[in-house]
This record gives sequence, C-alpha cells and structure tokens, in this order.
Amino acid sequence: MLAFVITTLICFITYLSLTTGSGDVVGLWSIEELLFGLILSLIAGFISHATFFKNDTRMLNPVRWIIFLVYLIGPFFIALAKANFDVAYRVFTGKINPGIVKISPDLKTDLGVTMLANSITLTPGTLTVDVDEESKDMYIHWINVDKNMLNKKTLDCSYVCGEFSDWIRRIAE
Amino acid sequence: MIGTIINYIVYLFLVIGVFFTLLGGVGILRFPDVYTRLHAGTKCTTFGSIFLILSIVILGLKTWHLGDTDGSVLAIHSIIALIAILLTNPTGAHAIARAAHRSGVMPIDAVVDRLKEKNDKNQDRKKTEVDTLEDE
Repeated sequence: MLAFVITTLICFITYLSLTTGSGDVVGLWSIEELLFGLILSLIAGFISHATFFKNDTRMLNPVRWIIFLVYLIGPFFIALAKANFDVAYRVFTGKINPGIVKISPDLKTDLGVTMLANSITLTPGTLTVDVDEESKDMYIHWINVDKNMLNKKTLDCSYVCGEFSDWIRRIAE
Repeated sequence: MIGTIINYIVYLFLVIGVFFTLLGGVGILRFPDVYTRLHAGTKCTTFGSIFLILSIVILGLKTWHLGDTDGSVLAIHSIIALIAILLTNPTGAHAIARAAHRSGVMPIDAVVDRLKEKNDKNQDRKKTEVDTLEDE
C-alpha cells in the first residue's frame, strides 16, 4: 500500500511539473489537467509500484535528500569544474599518462554504487570502466596515474575520489 | 535595469557553456584512444550543458516573473532535462567504456591495467578448470 501511494505521488508531482501554465488553479494548472493527471498517476502507480519501490524506506528520509542537494551544489560541482579545467589543460598540452586502477569503496547498496560511479566519471581525470558485481570493486580509468601508486594492487578510495565515498555513505547507506 | 543585468548573466552563461562544449569536441579530436576521448566527451558536455540550461532557466524565470506562465514551462522542463543529462551522461560513458574493454580495445600507452589482469586471471582459472575436467 505504501509503495502504491508513493509511486502515485511521484508520478503526480512529475505530471504537474510538466504541465504548468495550463490554467488558473494556484495560478498554474487547469482543473482538467489536475484530474487527468491524478487518473493517469493512479494507473501508473498501480502498474509499476512493485518494480519502482522495493521495501526500502531509507530514501524517504528528507534529511538524506537535503544532504544530497548540499553534495550536488557543493563538493560535486566544485569537482566537476576542476575536472573541466583539468581536461582543458590536457587537451591543449597533450600530457596524459593513462591506466586502469582498482579501488574498493566498500559500499553495499546498488544506489550507492551507482551514485559513486557516476560521481567518479564526472570528476577530475577518472572514468568508471567496470564494477565487480559481487565485491563492488570498481575499475577506474585514470588519465594521469600517480607513479607511486603502481605497486599497490587495490588503491585507497581517497586518491581517486576524495571525500565522495563518505558523502555517498551518508546519503545512501 | 535589473532586466539588462539578467540578460548579461544569461549571455555569460551561454558563452561558458559553448566554450566547454567546444572544448569537449576538440578533446575528442586530440586524444588518442576511446577512454581518454570519453573523458573529454562526458565531463565537458555535462558542464557545458549545465551552464546552457542554467541560462535558459534564468530566462524562463524572468519571463515568469514578468507575468507570463509560459516562462514556468521553459524553466521547469529545462531543469528536468538537466537532471536527465546528469543521470544518463556518465551512465552512457560507463556503458561505452565497459563495452570497449570487453570487446578487447585496450587503453593506448597504459601504465597499468588492473581490469585486464583480473580478466586474464579468471580466464586462466577457467582454463585450468576445463583442463582438469577433461583429464578426469
């Protein structure tokens, strides 16, 4: 029941945000859009609640969403900007020293692994190539491998992704 | 007055966005292999899109503030497009990199390749397993 309500609610909010400017209710929506959106979201929620929501109420906590927003605007955006100047530098100078290294971030949930992999891809000099399904180890293409790290089999996460794994752990686990 | 300032902010964001998207294109031409090209292709286009979309959002909010609700459509749809880009761009890059590595395209001039080492090890283990099965 909870799954159905949440799925319907998310569908309805998405529908409403896509149909602003259609009428006069609260200055934004017409009554027809509201009713039709509600009917459509009920149908969509009924069909898809089992796949969309899997008995995991952790992400319903609004604190996690606030931390997520802070993470996106703060450290993530700064790292993304740095990454772009880094790529600009390497585009113009052609100085690269690539390699694929292995890190084990020690995350447990699929959501956490997905978020960390996406964050790594968008931050300086790193690109996730493969994820080990069982141990959640990540294989990362690093554009400028540190020579001192070559003798270690598994790198410490902080060399590649900085504070990100801590942030992700706070958000998703 | 404020309208002019907002217009200049929009122009500034457009210039930043266009510059980084262009940089991504140059990077794709300059880098030697698929992985380094993906670096340029994902980071620069994402950063460029963020600024291009932010300029549209600011313009939409300005129109909305002036009383036209069409501006809200522009702003909110653009934000949803931005979320979609932030989610799918790195995921797509990851899928391309993984597919490339699986189909045997190795990074050029790589100093270290742990994934290849791991795959080789697995293959050796499978081979020995097959050998022992055949022996039995």
